[in-house]
Amino acid sequence: MRADGADAAVDAKAEVRASVAPGVRFGGVSFVWRPWIAGVTLLLAVAGFLVFCLSIGVGDFPIALPRVVATVLGGGEQVDRFVIMDLRMPRALAGLVVGVALGVSGALTQSIARNPLASPDVLGITSGAGAVAVFLVTVSGGAATAVVDSVGLSAAALAGGLGTGLLVYFMAWRRGIDGFRLILIGISVNAVMQALTTWLLVTADIRDVARAQAWLVGSLDNRSWEEVHVALWSTLALLVVVACVAFQFKPLHFGDEVAAGLGVRFGAVRAALLLCAVLLAGVAVSAAGPVPFVALVAPQVAMRLARCPTPPLVASGLVGALLLTGSDLVARTALPVTLPVGVVTAAIGGPFLVYLLVRANRR
Amino acid sequence: MYGAMTTTAVERPAPGGVTEARRRRVAGLGLLAALLVVVAAVSLAVGARALSPAEVWHGLVAAPEPDQRLTEIRLIVRTVRVPRTVLAVVAGIALGVGGALIQGYTRNPIADTGLLGVNSGASFAVVSGIAAFGFTSPFQYVWLGFLGAAVAGVVVFGLSSIGRGAGNPLTLALAGQGVTVFLAAMTTAVALTDKASLNALRFWNAGSLTGVGFDVIWPVSAFIAAGLLLALITLPSVNLLNLGDDVARGLGVNTALTRTVGVVAITLLAGAATAACGPIAFLGLMVAHVARYLTGPDYRWLVPYAGLLGAVVLLVCDIVGRLVVRPGELDAGVVVSLLGAPFFAVLVWRGKFKSA
Repeated sequence: MRADGADAAVDAKAEVRASVAPGVRFGGVSFVWRPWIAGVTLLLAVAGFLVFCLSIGVGDFPIALPRVVATVLGGGEQVDRFVIMDLRMPRALAGLVVGVALGVSGALTQSIARNPLASPDVLGITSGAGAVAVFLVTVSGGAATAVVDSVGLSAAALAGGLGTGLLVYFMAWRRGIDGFRLILIGISVNAVMQALTTWLLVTADIRDVARAQAWLVGSLDNRSWEEVHVALWSTLALLVVVACVAFQFKPLHFGDEVAAGLGVRFGAVRAALLLCAVLLAGVAVSAAGPVPFVALVAPQVAMRLARCPTPPLVASGLVGALLLTGSDLVARTALPVTLPVGVVTAAIGGPFLVYLLVRANRR
Repeated sequence: MYGAMTTTAVERPAPGGVTEARRRRVAGLGLLAALLVVVAAVSLAVGARALSPAEVWHGLVAAPEPDQRLTEIRLIVRTVRVPRTVLAVVAGIALGVGGALIQGYTRNPIADTGLLGVNSGASFAVVSGIAAFGFTSPFQYVWLGFLGAAVAGVVVFGLSSIGRGAGNPLTLALAGQGVTVFLAAMTTAVALTDKASLNALRFWNAGSLTGVGFDVIWPVSAFIAAGLLLALITLPSVNLLNLGDDVARGLGVNTALTRTVGVVAITLLAGAATAACGPIAFLGLMVAHVARYLTGPDYRWLVPYAGLLGAVVLLVCDIVGRLVVRPGELDAGVVVSLLGAPFFAVLVWRGKFKSA
């Protein structure tokens, strides 16, 4: 992959800034204190929380923001508690978790592949899950119906997605994982899965096509607490793993030789992080269907907001959460027709990325 | 993109080796052209009703006759087989050349012809045309599709050219992604609310070479020819652009002009091909890599190779699509992915390709 001049310059500038930024050390862990990044991350977190609460408050029984905040933080009245915790929380929490999972997964993928066009979509997870789901929806009867009845569409699709992701991983493995080989193999597998999906859609009954298409876009409708619990805890567990490995993560951007010189076991680190990226994307697919573009857009937006040369992990997750929660809010309130959240994430995320690019260029 | 710059400079072979290398490349080009002719001939003969070479020949050249059987053959050859074969060749060349060029201009090895928003622009235009005006004929789709593709391409390029960072390859790629994302969402939104559009969209998305007559093929070919001409003019400059903008400028390349011409060429090529057949994903990306493997990074050779390879692959996939699910057919776009992608993956795994 070619570095372009602009990015190299940003890289160099960041290094100069880093050399004057003060370091902070807690025992064995040390990091550089960068006020801008910390501030942006904090702002994103606050904004994410506010949109989350706003999204909970909106509905047939509107609840004012302060009351929502109070209830979410543990207080609140009986009525509010019921509406919020039992009815609205699962959906809102699902949006938050899926957004974080997709954002972090995207940041990891783009860093490992060292390519801004890479995303977990490219690793085959979403297209694999999509192909399985469309197959189960359109080929009714027999084994397909039995599978859907016993494990549910989401679980079957998740299995398909993870299977495809692992297939890509093992096909790309040849004395270690190489970013370039990984994405080219991923694109190939992706193309096969999408072709299968297209073919299934062409041959299917039009009523099934509408259902399949709706699933393919990704939606947060009708989430239950059980589903959300699974997604929440698996995401948290994966994030802990990512956090532990993440300190070895930065040197990977400089290439294998430099990373090895800095004492990083880059093979193991990359394999672990890639597996985390695949699993995070899988969790997101199982909770909301293949919501498109969040994983691609969130790291790029976070990078430009935080003014980092590489996708920042925490900020990417927060941007993802903000994007998904905000889109769900817009989808439920501002639009004349009900649309799945996936349509709105793309409709907001795409133009916002373009706006950031244009703004960066004009400076 | 964070990696080291790879130089595009062609290794200088030993004296005498230059002519040898050139001879090999010309021979390869001749071989590909011959292969294309053979495959095209096969394409005329193969289908739901298999024809013998004599019958094909008769169908191509003979005057109308009262004989019922011969008239039928003549009809099949002239109105079904010839148009789809010509379309496959034209669209294949366009997508192959477009794929090689987009990778050159964005300096990103995973760029595909759809990157400039061309595919999503065309899809969106077609779907909205159906939803808003109730269009039904392919002839109307084609022009809407081309219009949508062209507008999307212009918007992407315009957005990426604002301000100082104009024409930065990364900006172009990401702006393309942003616009693609937006248009795809709009397409889905329309399709989910309008059943007729959804129905048309699924067939359009498959990427098919059938159902289009010469009334569409000629104008599409004219646009593609214009795109090819522009592409050929800029080829030497693409080589220099890949050394980095500063070096290219120092060597006398007008980088802004070259980029503009290049993007116009890609939009014409990919837009016209997509308008005529629907989005055929993966073809451009795949043949660009195979061509780079065969010729090395010199775009003056890479692009013609990619064009011929594109035509051969698309034709072969179309033929395969006619044979595998008889009496039905698989759409060429689906076959390209199902057949080409595993083949490509094996080549990748064996380490045949280099990044950009």
